[in-house]
Amino acid sequence: MSDQADVIVRIASVLGGMADPVAQRAGEIDAETSIVRDLKLDSLAVMDFVMALETEFDTVIPIDALSGVETIGDLARLLQPTLPRPTHAAAGR
Amino acid sequence: MLEKYADLQAAYARLGSGGRNPFSVAFEQMLSPTEAMLNGRPVLLLGTNNYLGLTFERSCIEAAAAALDAEGTGTTGSRIANGTYGRHAALEAQIAGFLGRREAMLFTTGYQANLGVLAGLAGRDDNLLLDADSHASIYDGARLSGARVTRFRHNDPEDLRRRLRILDERAEPTQPGRVPSRNLIVVEGIYSMMGDIAPLAEIAAVRREAGAYLLVDEAHSLGVLGERGRGLVEVAGVEADVDFIVGTFSKSLGGIGGFCASDAPDFGLLRLASRAYMFTASLPSSVVAGVSRALQLVEEQPAPRWRLARNAERLYCGLTAAGFQLGPTVSPIVSIRLPGPEVAMTFWTALLEAGIYVNLALPPATPDSKSLLRTSVSAVHSAAQIDRAVDAIAGIGRTLGLVPGSSAELSAAAD
Ligand SMILES: Cc1ncc(COP(=O)(O)O)c(C=O)c1O
Repeated sequence: MSDQADVIVRIASVLGGMADPVAQRAGEIDAETSIVRDLKLDSLAVMDFVMALETEFDTVIPIDALSGVETIGDLARLLQPTLPRPTHAAAGR
Repeated sequence: MLEKYADLQAAYARLGSGGRNPFSVAFEQMLSPTEAMLNGRPVLLLGTNNYLGLTFERSCIEAAAAALDAEGTGTTGSRIANGTYGRHAALEAQIAGFLGRREAMLFTTGYQANLGVLAGLAGRDDNLLLDADSHASIYDGARLSGARVTRFRHNDPEDLRRRLRILDERAEPTQPGRVPSRNLIVVEGIYSMMGDIAPLAEIAAVRREAGAYLLVDEAHSLGVLGERGRGLVEVAGVEADVDFIVGTFSKSLGGIGGFCASDAPDFGLLRLASRAYMFTASLPSSVVAGVSRALQLVEEQPAPRWRLARNAERLYCGLTAAGFQLGPTVSPIVSIRLPGPEVAMTFWTALLEAGIYVNLALPPATPDSKSLLRTSVSAVHSAAQIDRAVDAIAGIGRTLGLVPGSSAELSAAAD
């Protein structure tokens, strides 16, 4: 799981570069953090957040791939497809 | 059913409490392209898209009235089923000729043009690359297409190049008997909120390198930019690199409707594949005739474009001198950045009290969640009207402490 921890640290650093008040929550995130409920990002802010992540990870995430994303852990797996899927969330996704 | 909009409702209520409500403005009478009656008082219009002031152009009104008389109020049907008139085909030929393209297709609004063209052109196996600040109609059309959609950083050809490279690395070889996956880049000529302009020559170069397709939405630039009024594509000199041009009749041409023009072989197939073209009523003859005359004026008369450019410069320089933070480019859209929605609302209300109507643009409809006062000029604004607006805006800005006051006022305040 240390791979995932690394990815989350990088996600946090991207979050820290965004406008307040979102940036202030960067230190508190983990795999379970909900992007909409906990970080309170609206749909547009999510898209801007993802654009910043795409740059950091030198990748492309098509908008439709975001429909199943709820948590920072989900995002980490999109950014690093080799990460293992969590067992608790495997069903129903 | 509408409970899901509780947050929206709360935001709207907060706006209403700060002063007059921008969504409830209803002009009683239009006096001219630059003046209207509101609550019994004349107001100066500095927030329209009436770039050439053609809404009251006599010859457009006469052409529209004659067509109304001759062909009636509506077409009662769609182009494909029962609503194609000779005038539609003639306007399509006129647009194609004006833009130097083989073919043009009309849509009933500019919004529908983007919906119909993007959903018609791109399919599930294609990639759409949209500038991040694209208009809602582009996002909606992209979504409707079912294509993979990615946003590239606003006006950033390098980010576009990077994305095309990654998509190319991921592309799977085309299976025999299947059509290859395509990449379509979408940008706008002038962006409607900040008035900035796409770096089209650089984007065209990326398109060439990547073998992608390029669509330019000239909604705010048709009839506005270019020696001949052909838009940003003309200014950038990249006509050969632009595959599809979308535009609207609702802004510089003072009517309503939209179009797409192209040299693509079999472009006309979209008439049988684009649902926003097929399943809505066609433009009424009066509108088609008025727009056709307006386009003729754009072709024949460069002087209004020169006046528009001068007016844009006058407004932009006046507001810059007053100390406001504006967009990066001089264009007929001049937006003032303000620190937050509440200040923007107060500012907007004070301006309306002073008899000047501008647009209040708030997140989430604005890039980077900015709060903006969006102003725009017309070729038919007088210098005196623009100066009056600059003075009023500067005065309110000083009162609200957003820009430095004059030295006299500063010393008075210090006493
Ligand atoms: C860039 C852009 N495209 C399309 C449209 C839609 O045009 P219309 O209002 O004619 O439907 C607009 C304006 O509303 C726009 O700004």
